Amino acid sequence: MGVVFYLISALAVGGALATVLLKNLVHCALALTVSFLGIAFLFLRLDAEFVGFAQILVYVGAVAILVVFAILLTRAAELPKVGVFSKTWIVGLAIAAAVFAVLAWAVLRAGPWLPNETAAPQVTVNQIGQALMGRYVLPLEIVAALLTAALLGAVIVAMHEKVRTK
Amino acid sequence: MIATPLTGYLLVAALIFAIGLAGALTRRNAILVLIGIELMLNAANLNLIAFWRYGPHPEMLTGMMFAIFSIAVAAAEAAVGLGLVISIYRHVKTTDLDQMNEMKG
Amino acid sequence: MQEGLAFTPQVAASGVAQWLWLVPAVPMLASGVIALLKQPMKKLSSGLAIASLGFSLLVALAAFGHVVSGWSNGYAVREVVNFSWIQVGTTPVELGWVLDPLAAVMLVMVTFVGLLIFIYSTGYMEHDENYTRFFCFLSLFAGAMLGVVIANSILLLFMCWELVGLTSYLLIGFWYQNPSAAAAAKKAFLTTRVGDVFFLLGIVWLFAQTGTLLFYDHGAGSMEPLALGGLLVHHSAWGLTAAGAIGLLIFAGAAGKSGQLPLHVWLPDAMEGPTPVSALIHAATMVAAGVYLVARVYPLMAAGMPAGGTTTSLTVVTWVGASTAVFAALVAVAQNDIKRILAYSTVSQLGYMMAGLGVGGVAVGMFHLITHAFFKALLFMGAGSVIHGAHEEQDIRKMGGLRGAMPVTFATYAIGMLALCGFPLFFSGFWSKDGILEAAQHWSVAKAPFYMLVFGALLTAFYMTRQVSYVFFGTWRGHGHAHESPRVMTMPLAILAFFAVTLAVIGTPAWPWFKAFLNGNAAPFGWAGFSEPGLMALMVTSSVVVLAGLGFGWWIYGAKSPAADEPDALARAMPPVWAVLRDKFYIDELYGATVIAFYGWWAKVADWIDRDIWGDMVSSTTFLFTRWARLNRFLDANVVDGGFDKGCEEIATSGGLLARVQTGRGQMYLRLLALAVVLLAAFLIWSGRG
Repeated sequence: MGVVFYLISALAVGGALATVLLKNLVHCALALTVSFLGIAFLFLRLDAEFVGFAQILVYVGAVAILVVFAILLTRAAELPKVGVFSKTWIVGLAIAAAVFAVLAWAVLRAGPWLPNETAAPQVTVNQIGQALMGRYVLPLEIVAALLTAALLGAVIVAMHEKVRTK
Repeated sequence: MIATPLTGYLLVAALIFAIGLAGALTRRNAILVLIGIELMLNAANLNLIAFWRYGPHPEMLTGMMFAIFSIAVAAAEAAVGLGLVISIYRHVKTTDLDQMNEMKG
Repeated sequence: MQEGLAFTPQVAASGVAQWLWLVPAVPMLASGVIALLKQPMKKLSSGLAIASLGFSLLVALAAFGHVVSGWSNGYAVREVVNFSWIQVGTTPVELGWVLDPLAAVMLVMVTFVGLLIFIYSTGYMEHDENYTRFFCFLSLFAGAMLGVVIANSILLLFMCWELVGLTSYLLIGFWYQNPSAAAAAKKAFLTTRVGDVFFLLGIVWLFAQTGTLLFYDHGAGSMEPLALGGLLVHHSAWGLTAAGAIGLLIFAGAAGKSGQLPLHVWLPDAMEGPTPVSALIHAATMVAAGVYLVARVYPLMAAGMPAGGTTTSLTVVTWVGASTAVFAALVAVAQNDIKRILAYSTVSQLGYMMAGLGVGGVAVGMFHLITHAFFKALLFMGAGSVIHGAHEEQDIRKMGGLRGAMPVTFATYAIGMLALCGFPLFFSGFWSKDGILEAAQHWSVAKAPFYMLVFGALLTAFYMTRQVSYVFFGTWRGHGHAHESPRVMTMPLAILAFFAVTLAVIGTPAWPWFKAFLNGNAAPFGWAGFSEPGLMALMVTSSVVVLAGLGFGWWIYGAKSPAADEPDALARAMPPVWAVLRDKFYIDELYGATVIAFYGWWAKVADWIDRDIWGDMVSSTTFLFTRWARLNRFLDANVVDGGFDKGCEEIATSGGLLARVQTGRGQMYLRLLALAVVLLAAFLIWSGRG
């Protein structure tokens, strides 16, 4: 576990924390982007280059932008008077802490059985393409259909209001 | 503390997951709930890749495939969800979740 | 007297006897029909009653003729028709009727006198609004009395006996709105009831001992030698045979109906009824029913009579009869109501009849009964005529001088009065009373009854003279103007007067037809009868006694007419004696203080038991039940309903509580989801360890 790992982890986790804690939503969105980047670097370190780049392309390039658009369109950037946290934020925090505790407990308990350092796999894009078109063609097609539906649905959902208010 | 590299990745993933969950559960804004969900998904992806890397048969690409599809689906879901939030905002002129209790029982 | 022919064995019932049941049935049927008529159908109701009794008279005459023809041919007729009414277990209840000389003469007397009284009543009750009801009851009474006469079964006799008592009650209390009439009816019924209880005991005992209800049943009846022999064998307490004891019990019943000494108290009060009722019931028929009963069961009473002696029952009968005769005659002297004098006279004459039965046998007593029926009915109807003519006045001190205003009534009344006194030779009463006196004179047990009866004859003549002089002689002291009664009332009087004289014919010793007829002997006509030793002396004695009484009475009362408020001549002479006589020897007061008082006390006790003890039980049970009901209601309302309601409330509340979980806030749902995941994961990890 090198220093690099800890640095990248700190980036990712710090970005996530910032996302959740910042008051200004635009700042949150930017922190989210940072977090996404951190996770992408982690992917790269895990020798999953393709996934790492895909992460940057999709998440940073699309989802984060989308979030920013949504924030701006809903005027959520303005600070609400009553504060950004819910009245019962303690409960949520407690539950999240409980979740982390359970997960950590599971991981640490399973420590001895987890596999150790292994050789890095050589994965080429060719192999990924082959797999996508070969073994995983069905999920691919379904995801394609899903993406289409999501596109259309989002357009319709967001557009109807516009049509009505006209 | 960290016995294996895998453990480290897993703990990081768990941490990000918990943070994402905390954000989804405690913040007022609906968009932030969606952000939290994205964080959770990312943490799950990290988990997957970590297991792919350190698990048996990485040549099968199972973990990687899973993660790719997860990313695609997450993007689609984020789009739709945000579209909904915008739509609701147009209705009630607010994104404060505490005020959205029309479905009260 | 010649010895009688032997009884022929019972012949099969002739045609007349088969239809004899019509005699009581037709008047009863008429009574039923009249009961259904609407009130003011006067002509129809009296017509029905008179027609029915007329029919019965015809049948009775036919039966009488049949028996007479049988007798004159040398047979002693006794025809029975028996039948079994119902079956009680294995014992049949037998009823039936009998036709013999005793029944035949009684039938003719009752129907004939009854018919005359019915006709008389149409005039007497003319203006009464309850005319129809009167004839309904009269018919029913006639039917019941005739039933008593022909009954061959002691049970049938008792049933008709009770019916006679009932109709007597209804008729005495005919004007029931009058409280004294209602009280008199009640008194009559209750007093005769006392006698009837003993009668019933006698019936039960007789049936238990002999095993049969019938008097005559081809040798097996209770009055026949076989059964009587059996009765003589058993001895009850006090040395009495069963026959004697039963005889006494039956006599107690007869004493109640015939007003013998301790049970006579109802007869004078029974004068509250209309006069035809007094004439029919309390002179001729019902009171005679007791005498008839004794005559009917005479074989039982005379069973085991030693030669020249007598039985216990007959001794008791004689003493009671003689005492009654004297007692009632004494009381009659001091009465002022015209009907009451006649009532006490009836009681006295009934005593004579009972005494006659006791000393001389059936024929002697029955002859006096027959003659008495005629002249007493005549006297009562004459009194009714007088009351009618004096405008409903009944006190003899407020009458007087009616000889001129009501000649027919006077003439007939005088005949009746002389017959009652026993005026020598021409009047039936003389011969019938003489028969009794003669038998009493020869009674083996004691001579005292004879002297008592003679004294009674003296008193009878005395008080009748007193009454007649008060009513018909002297000056008129009443109000208004007296007038003669209508023909419909005086005709019966005349007819009865005729018979009061002519009936003498059949009873003289010269031709003792009646006696012979009843005893089943031949009846030769001849003056030899008069040569009985002592007979002439007795006839002279009784004549002297009667004339002395008449003369004494005339001397004191004569044609003097004391005003109503003046004390009676005798009262001035011996005030304390007069007071005792007038107040009837205080017997009513004695009963009132003892028996009636006891019953009143007993009624109070019973009332206390009923009200306090039973009443308390009832009310405590009621109390328990109301409490129980309240408890139930409480449980129902609070526990059941309350429980149910509470349950429903709880459900609703918890539903409400549960509904609060649905806050409508997505974040809340998410939290819950996460929590659930945590828990599930923890569980899975925990269970998957090791």
